[in-house]
Amino acid sequence: MSARQVAEQVLDPELPVLTLADLGVLREVSEVGDRVVVTITPTYSGCPALDEMRSDLHEKLTEAGYRDVEIRTVLHPAWTTDWISDDGLRKLTEHGIAPPSRIGPRAVGPIPLTLEPPKRRVSCPHCGSARTTELSRFGSTACKALRRCEDCREPFEQIKEI
Amino acid sequence: MSFDNAYESLVEGHEEKHWAFGTGFTHALSGVDRAISSTVDRDDLAAYCLMLGDDALVYAQRLAEWCAKAPELEEDVALANIALDLLGQARMLLSRAGEIQGTDEDALAYLRDSSEFRNVHLAEIDCGPGPGGDFATTMARLLVFSAWRLALLHRLTGSADPVLAAVAAKGVKELTYHRDHAAQWVLRLAGGTDYSRERMVAGLAVVWPHLDELFTAHPIEHRLAEAGVAVDPAELRSEVDSVLDTVLGAAGLTRPDVASVPGGGRGGVHTEAMAPLLAEMQVVARALPGGVW
Ligand SMILES: [Zn+2]
Repeated sequence: MSARQVAEQVLDPELPVLTLADLGVLREVSEVGDRVVVTITPTYSGCPALDEMRSDLHEKLTEAGYRDVEIRTVLHPAWTTDWISDDGLRKLTEHGIAPPSRIGPRAVGPIPLTLEPPKRRVSCPHCGSARTTELSRFGSTACKALRRCEDCREPFEQIKEI
Repeated sequence: MSFDNAYESLVEGHEEKHWAFGTGFTHALSGVDRAISSTVDRDDLAAYCLMLGDDALVYAQRLAEWCAKAPELEEDVALANIALDLLGQARMLLSRAGEIQGTDEDALAYLRDSSEFRNVHLAEIDCGPGPGGDFATTMARLLVFSAWRLALLHRLTGSADPVLAAVAAKGVKELTYHRDHAAQWVLRLAGGTDYSRERMVAGLAVVWPHLDELFTAHPIEHRLAEAGVAVDPAELRSEVDSVLDTVLGAAGLTRPDVASVPGGGRGGVHTEAMAPLLAEMQVVARALPGGVW
């Protein structure tokens, strides 16, 4: 397996249904002989999973026979949920986590205030109903919001757009 | 195995890293290109990173005090998440300062005394759950702090220092959520019962006297702003005022009619709330110097 293939298959420690490639945090893998340089970017500034990702990458690449493994971090450009692959969005839904909407580039100028929870259409990952409400913008990890389905009444998590 | 206190087990030579906060983490800017342009004054840059890092660190500590004390479980989680975002920003900024000054983020966080901290007073004052406030006061501070820091970091994305610009760009996305969260609570409390509205009005009056300090530039901020590295906080005033007026207007509230109090946090002068805050934040690290967990 190439170093890229090994790195792409490492799972996100907090969302183990996604690979680092699905999540869009794997920015570059370069390989020269048995030396590999992997570049990743954090999701949130305080994301405690970053250290875990670094050591998982190091471990898997070393196991695959690469002797000289360097993991670099880039902060720019800042990660966005738009970098989660289509495959990643599908896997999230399959595992009961509502995927983020695509947000596109932000308009220039001051950042607009949102005075009430945005009326985004988020479908329930359990029953597919579109009648869901946000319970809290902040969930069990920095990247998730908590919602509830008005039809099947189940609470569920959503990866919030950033 | 027996220990006189629970923390002693943390400094034993375990192979596994412990979950607790503290040393043993990778450098917060590990693997990031941290070259400093030769045109930038290194001491000024370190001091500026400390200012913005201390704002985030000290305020994260205040927010963490709410954990398990907020009015609902979702709010415990929300405030802890907001604190974690700020702590992440603080780690990167303190690491940057530490690297220039020949120390590290842990020493800066745990071993400095009050007069060495450079945060603004708004970050340190007691807005509850201590006797200094309540949940409404806490939301008033979150609104003012996040509106101000968002405006600041938004402009800092154009900094000539690539690390500051990148830290700012990530922070902008996070603070947008923090500011919205506070704004929505201000509306909810102001539009609730007479009692909740009264508490919201009282909360705003607690934080408002600290507003002027946010827009007062320290000489280092001045110098670095001229070099295109920092943001002159005075330039943020109209944008922040307009955000605050929008929220207050939507909530049917007016600006509190209270006098400003002297600032000085950027120069190391702090309120009486700072010493107890640091005592709690630093107690473990100071009780067990060199402890690794
Ligand atoms: Zn449902």
